[in-house]
Amino acid sequence: MQGHRTKDFWAGVVYVTLGLATVILGRDLPMGSAARMGAGYFPTVLGGLLALIGAISAARGLLRPGEAVPRIHIRPMILVIGATFFFAATLEWLGLAVALPIAILITASASSTFRLAPVPVVGLVLFTVFCVLVFVRGLGVPMPMLGTLFGA
Amino acid sequence: MDLLSDLLLGAQTAFSVWNLLYCLLGVFLGTAIGVLPGLGPTATIAMLLPVTFGLAPETALIMLAGIFYGAQYGGSTTAILVNLPGESSSVVTALDGYQMARKGQAGKALATAAIGSFVAGSIATVLIAFFAPMLAEVALVFGPHEYFSLMVLGLAASVVLASGSLLHAVGMILFGLILGLIGTDVNSGEMRYTFGLWSLADGISFVIVAMGVFGLGEILSNLENETERSTVLTKVTGLMPTRNDLKRIAAPVMRGTAIGSVLGILPGGGAMLASFASYAIEKKASKRPQDFGKGAIEGVAGPESANNAGAQTSFIPMLTLGIPSNPVMALMIGALIMQGIQPGPSVIQEQPVLFWGLIVSMWVGNLMLLVLNLPLIGLWVKMISIPYGFLFPAIVAFCAIGVFSLNNATFDIWLMGLFGIAGYVLRKLDCEPAPLLLGFVLGPMLEEHLRRAMLVSRGDATTFVSRPISAVLLILALLLIASILAPQIRAKREEAFQDEE
Repeated sequence: MQGHRTKDFWAGVVYVTLGLATVILGRDLPMGSAARMGAGYFPTVLGGLLALIGAISAARGLLRPGEAVPRIHIRPMILVIGATFFFAATLEWLGLAVALPIAILITASASSTFRLAPVPVVGLVLFTVFCVLVFVRGLGVPMPMLGTLFGA
Repeated sequence: MDLLSDLLLGAQTAFSVWNLLYCLLGVFLGTAIGVLPGLGPTATIAMLLPVTFGLAPETALIMLAGIFYGAQYGGSTTAILVNLPGESSSVVTALDGYQMARKGQAGKALATAAIGSFVAGSIATVLIAFFAPMLAEVALVFGPHEYFSLMVLGLAASVVLASGSLLHAVGMILFGLILGLIGTDVNSGEMRYTFGLWSLADGISFVIVAMGVFGLGEILSNLENETERSTVLTKVTGLMPTRNDLKRIAAPVMRGTAIGSVLGILPGGGAMLASFASYAIEKKASKRPQDFGKGAIEGVAGPESANNAGAQTSFIPMLTLGIPSNPVMALMIGALIMQGIQPGPSVIQEQPVLFWGLIVSMWVGNLMLLVLNLPLIGLWVKMISIPYGFLFPAIVAFCAIGVFSLNNATFDIWLMGLFGIAGYVLRKLDCEPAPLLLGFVLGPMLEEHLRRAMLVSRGDATTFVSRPISAVLLILALLLIASILAPQIRAKREEAFQDEE
């Protein structure tokens, strides 16, 4: 027994979960017949296959020696993904000109070399101006430059 | 001559001022972003895709193709100068290219890569002009059975070419296929897996998946080994290869082109396989195999040509069958669909301007690469030396803005973030994202053809093997899968992927 640490085991667990979720969430969809497949036919088959693949992978992970899952770095993940979430949540409210530099700062802090120095800050301001000019003014992407917070 | 008049039509399109301009812009932007360490062609194209939405279909595709070659060449530049291959196919270039750069021959290595790519690209373009229409004609007789089997073959090939476990690759394909089904079912109008969210009714845009899994996922992986980045940059001098060098690279370039052209057509991402195969062959053919890995110019010329030829010919199945052979082509198909064009054998007939314009512009794009890149090498070196700490926040910002601009919805940014997490975690489990993206794009098509085929044959699944073309395709798929299970090839495959690391 190799234990529960191998990549095979955990990938299997992920696949089984996703496969079963597909089957369960799709249980209300009409199945139809092989000749006239309903909306639920194909996804249910795929979900079943995925769960099967997952079960084999998990079993292999338990029975055979394999590589352990490398460490998942939580901090950069929270900061980088969190920054995109922050940007999505505050875009309407703050506007691109404010939400973007804050999101970029959050992202940048995920790096171990992150320092608040004059040069990067100037760069950040210039980059924000560039984005506002190119995307809002130039390409006409409908995102507010300043959001509802500033009465726009 | 039909071909001549077609090419003339293409030339008219490709040489229009705007198309030339967008091709140039594409090549330039593609190279500029492609040289940035850690950004492969897939991420580059996904990032720049929204820029092309406002353009006419042929202009958009010409620009995207330009971005693609640019990104690929940019990746090779980075591989040679700092030994940081941005994508798997330039791994091989890094082997000898970086050694050449360390010996002070960086200029020669870059010029070799550029010339090799140009020759290979030119030849491959001619091949496309000849064979794509022929293949499209064959494909016109394809029914739903044949399409279904062809896609199964494509997916099987992508399993073979994915590194790591076979089981995991199949799992990623299935997961991708399922994700592709999210949204309104075209046949019944039934909502599937939308969780009652209107934003999901039209399905998930593949750009969101690509940016999340490839863009953000890759950034998270890169952030782990920031300190390992070597910033040793040699000064680039002596760009022009000598007559002797040209003689040395002539044969490898031709061999590489041949290998690349053939392997590129295969579904499943032949470009990487092509550069590995070419490297192996050059090593065998060389009189001094001991030089390989220590800066042999043949080791740059062959794989670079193979890589580029493969990249070029991978357009053939995309344009004629509507089937992507690699994630980049999956993005191209997505771009076409967004432009309201259904990729498939009818594209050549119905969109001759688009098809022939693209082909001629491929050659133009390759020429631009050659002309643009060598003089601008100083700029690329500057781009490479931008510290990653500045780079990745900008990439994240571009991804977020780009994804928003797809549907002008912040919902898509949330989704991209989730895919970023998924991409990072799955990578940790050795589950490669490339098969996922292929499955994602093929999912709806696969279901559609399966349904039609089963309807035509009244639920009789044996028709897939009783129709000859379909049967041959399925047997090929089976052989492919069987081949990796065979112990001998398995060992070879593992060896090839070991070299990569």
